[in-house]
Amino acid sequence: MIRAGDSDDGARIVAAVEQAAAARKPLQVVGQGSKAERFAPPTAAARAERLSTLDHCGVLHYAPDELVLEARAGTPLAEIEALLARHHQVLPFEPPRLRGAGTLGGAVAAGLSGPARPWRGSVRDAVLGVELVNGLGERLRFGGRVVKNVAGYDVSRLQVGAFGAFGCLLSIAVRVLPAPTLTVTVHQSVACDTALAQLAHLPARALPLTGTAFVDGRLSLRLAGAPRAVLAAAAELGGERVEGDLLWPALRDQQHDFFRLGDVRWRASLPPGTGALPGDAQALIEWGGAQRWYRAADAGSDRLQGTDLDELQSAVRAAGGSLVPFAAAPWAQVSGARAVLQTRLRRAFDPHDLFGEGAS
Amino acid sequence: MDRAQVIKRLQAIVPADAIISDPAGCRPYETDGLTAIRQQPWLVVLPETEAQVVDVVKLCAELRLPLVPRGAGTGLSGGARPHEQGILLGLSRMGRILELDPVRALARLEPGVRNLAISEAAAAHGLYYAPDPSSQIACSIGGNVAENSGGVHCLKYGLTVHNVTGVRLVMADGELLELGGGSLDEPGLDLLALLCGSEGMLGIVTEVTVRLLPAPAVRQVLMAAFARVEDAAEAVSAVIADGIVPAGLEMMDQLAIAAAEDFVHAGYPRDAAAMLLCELDGVLAEVELDASRVQALFESCGATQVERAVDPQAQARLWQGRKSAFPAVGRLAPDYYCMDGTIPRAALASVLNAISDLSRKYQLRVANVFHAGDGNLHPLILYDANRDGELARAEAFGADILRACVVAGGTITGEHGVGVEKLDGMCVQFPPAALAQFDRVKAALDPDGILNPGKGIPTPSRCAELGGMHVHGNRAPFAGLPRF
Repeated sequence: MIRAGDSDDGARIVAAVEQAAAARKPLQVVGQGSKAERFAPPTAAARAERLSTLDHCGVLHYAPDELVLEARAGTPLAEIEALLARHHQVLPFEPPRLRGAGTLGGAVAAGLSGPARPWRGSVRDAVLGVELVNGLGERLRFGGRVVKNVAGYDVSRLQVGAFGAFGCLLSIAVRVLPAPTLTVTVHQSVACDTALAQLAHLPARALPLTGTAFVDGRLSLRLAGAPRAVLAAAAELGGERVEGDLLWPALRDQQHDFFRLGDVRWRASLPPGTGALPGDAQALIEWGGAQRWYRAADAGSDRLQGTDLDELQSAVRAAGGSLVPFAAAPWAQVSGARAVLQTRLRRAFDPHDLFGEGAS
Repeated sequence: MDRAQVIKRLQAIVPADAIISDPAGCRPYETDGLTAIRQQPWLVVLPETEAQVVDVVKLCAELRLPLVPRGAGTGLSGGARPHEQGILLGLSRMGRILELDPVRALARLEPGVRNLAISEAAAAHGLYYAPDPSSQIACSIGGNVAENSGGVHCLKYGLTVHNVTGVRLVMADGELLELGGGSLDEPGLDLLALLCGSEGMLGIVTEVTVRLLPAPAVRQVLMAAFARVEDAAEAVSAVIADGIVPAGLEMMDQLAIAAAEDFVHAGYPRDAAAMLLCELDGVLAEVELDASRVQALFESCGATQVERAVDPQAQARLWQGRKSAFPAVGRLAPDYYCMDGTIPRAALASVLNAISDLSRKYQLRVANVFHAGDGNLHPLILYDANRDGELARAEAFGADILRACVVAGGTITGEHGVGVEKLDGMCVQFPPAALAQFDRVKAALDPDGILNPGKGIPTPSRCAELGGMHVHGNRAPFAGLPRF
């Protein structure tokens, strides 16, 4: 067993939830706060008591030859990724470190995946098990450290993207992957529709892709894996070839100029291979076309650069996707029967609304 | 409940031939793939459309009538056991491929579409559907979603949950819910993840969208024989530690090897203590390199023989033995009981040793077939149901194996589901508070408990009667308390 910085704050967290449950006072679970600027907290912040996970940290289990790592929720992503790197392994979902920070618990709660998502899977795809304190102060384990596990409902993966609505995550076990031997990026200066035509055919092509991005008239394709396979694919695709490009971490962490120089307010999620949509030329298009970001026309405005919001909304819907502001927990952005169902499910874990008050 | 009245109401929903009430007609629905568990159905209904499913569920909701969904009936945990006072809803007639989009690599399917039929339809476009449970000739995609089915290729390509992008389902109140679609995520809680593996207890799936993958350009299969189980286990770890993710990595023990060899003559090493099958796929350059590395690793771990199959015929021959391992072992005894525990690979040798100790204790033979890459064990306990007490002994043996899996940090079921068969095992794996949490999840989505009642989650009284069996993950109780 390999241990990093190690601190068990579980008993205090359980006690804090028990007290909150007794007093019916909402809680706001916080880690490093790297996403606080981006996302409205799920609880009514004024009344909520902060519950930090930062003293509940450390890697509990890491077996490189099992491709599994379990760590406490407050463990910094940087620490986990450094440990993995020493064994030539990576977190497959490339969690963003907004503002350069972030914990494993925050990454799972937010459910944000980086540039490799269509090819190496999402946060949810990698989660194997969690330990959770529910709204009754019960400390419960679901899933485990094994890849195949169908005992009981899959409560672990339900936590991903829930922004802590079911309780406070204490630890998470995830699947990890070998790091690729070689990573190469090819850049092509192309028009937007040419780029989209190329992206549209990617789902059916067997290429060692781990990222695509179209922004400012340039299509970038990241290839990773065994050197011979990567170099053959790079030659096949053509374009300017670069090793170890900083573009991808910048996109992952939203530090790219697209994010820094504009107010990025809307995100579309689409089927891979989706073709042209209004506003593409001024958007950032990732995930083989399946994730697109749009900037506000003016800071703080709901109008978009290059397209009318309603026009884009209907085009996204027609393509079978969704377009929502990248500002609130996505789980809160549903309405009607789905919202009613979610509230019932949330209260199955948190009957006193300690964690999700005001969000649905 | 008056059955004649229910039949009358159903006749207004489905055609007459979609209602089966006579004992002879009901007989095929008495059991699923776990034939030791049987129950005469009260009534079988075979809807042909989603609208019919909606109306049947609404009728059940109105009458508080239990409803048990059934796919192809290949499940191995009694999950489709009929309810003695409820409707068995067979979805096999909803078997159309609704759409196959070769560019976006997506297929939209009715729940009764057979798993293998998806890949067969996609093959014309150079695509396939990755999860491939052994029963793929017969099992259906709706059942795959219910069980979160795996297969031999899930080490690299994931389980059903990783390959399904959307479903339409009928909730317990008869309302339709659409989750996901073709996109990679959607606003809302990840209910799709919750639904996968929920064993028909949270909703009835009426449509499934799956992603298809480009067929790999090249495959190679390596077979290696080992004189000791420990060597084979070490070889598995060595491959993964080297950064190789094989498409499949399977282990068989001596009894399973011999049975398979006698059955299909695959050219297996009859005298080996353990055998590994390793499939690599991808582009030519990568596969060639990886295959050479795997061969070298196997040899350095003490393989007594390594065979590398490059052409499809030789590969098919090597796989044939593994794929027929269950029927092959089945020839060794009148009955066998298939277990499905999953363990961290590090515990492999110790759990296999524990199983052979138990085999001596219970005086029953056991053959081991094992998805080595992902730690999923399939011990096959051989017994004769006609001999007094042997079934009970086999079941006690099985329960001990599952306990050993949980103690090793694993789980009682990797891919076959809990059904009714592993309800006692759930009491071993989960403490009462976690089981109560599962019950509250169920109640949130199915307040009247009409969907597949009595499956998946044991009642508190059942666990209490078993008493003191909880050994969750080999962790000490009250792990959160400070210790001095």
